[in-house]
Amino acid sequence: MKIGILYSRIRKDEKLLLSELRERGHDVTKIDVRKHQFGLHDTTAPVDDLDIVVDRCLATSRSLYATRFIESYGVPVVNSPETAEICADKAKNSLALAEAGVPTPETKVAFTKESAMDAIESFGYPCVLKPVVGSWGRLMAKIDSRSAAEAILEHKATLGHYEHKVFYVQEFVEKPGRDIRVLSTDGEPVAAMTRSSDHWLTNAAKGGETQAFELDDEALELVAKASDAVGGGLLGVDLMETGDSYTVHEVNHTVEFKALNGTTDVDVPATVVDWLEAKASEKTAAEAVA
Amino acid sequence: MTEAECAECGATLDLADDLETGEIIDCGTCGAELEVIDVNPPVLDRAPELEEDWGE
Repeated sequence: MKIGILYSRIRKDEKLLLSELRERGHDVTKIDVRKHQFGLHDTTAPVDDLDIVVDRCLATSRSLYATRFIESYGVPVVNSPETAEICADKAKNSLALAEAGVPTPETKVAFTKESAMDAIESFGYPCVLKPVVGSWGRLMAKIDSRSAAEAILEHKATLGHYEHKVFYVQEFVEKPGRDIRVLSTDGEPVAAMTRSSDHWLTNAAKGGETQAFELDDEALELVAKASDAVGGGLLGVDLMETGDSYTVHEVNHTVEFKALNGTTDVDVPATVVDWLEAKASEKTAAEAVA
Repeated sequence: MTEAECAECGATLDLADDLETGEIIDCGTCGAELEVIDVNPPVLDRAPELEEDWGE
């Protein structure tokens, strides 16, 4: 297949993907989105003959626009701009999960310091304040007291970009020192791992220790539902254990998988490329029918 | 193994054979993050600073 990779930085994840694609003899076009313009009818990016484009943009803003433009040219792109739009924003992410009946932490969005403080007080302490756009555990605040809340809200309101004035307040979930990352393709798990830390943030990017995890039936069902809720695709579904069940706190759309690949026995890039080949075949089959 | 010069301190870096344009490498001498601008021949430049919307 002819496959395009949208990127602005080649991480180990992209190197794994590129290596697998080239080993299978696929025609790979790397597209550095920083070097191109995207017009209403065409682009300087070489996408015309591609069977499929994979969005691996590191910057969320670029991911959102580049996928939207490329889809408008009639080129299949994964993940879709619709999925990207939901996953890129924690508020939209939470809403989509709740609307689909997926258990997710109780969340309130407020637009002023005062109403955000009311939301925080309604949850009690500790609770969590997150940026609506952000990743790798950055700018996350666990709030233990009213005085801490006042300080954080003032800092965000005074120093932040306008998005930081969208206050995303969430209940604090008492998890057992770990959360679960599931890589899935259209709801089908590729592999799963736990991320453990003494810190309340357990992200692998924050140094959380990773270990392979076997999903039970309930988790499998939640991963499928969470994937459907955001429109499917190649996703990182994050769950927390709540004692007798799970809660899904977010779904990531430009998911990193190098830690998972090193943790589980699954050949993650090979499984992802299997899925990409199937997606590209769907497009070819659809064109043949038309 | 190929070599290139650090754009920050001028030190010579030994580079892996599977170098990719767009990849980031660290200079072992000054610690700078360097972006691979080209691979044939290898050219390195200072990597962009972390942006707030970067991530997964």
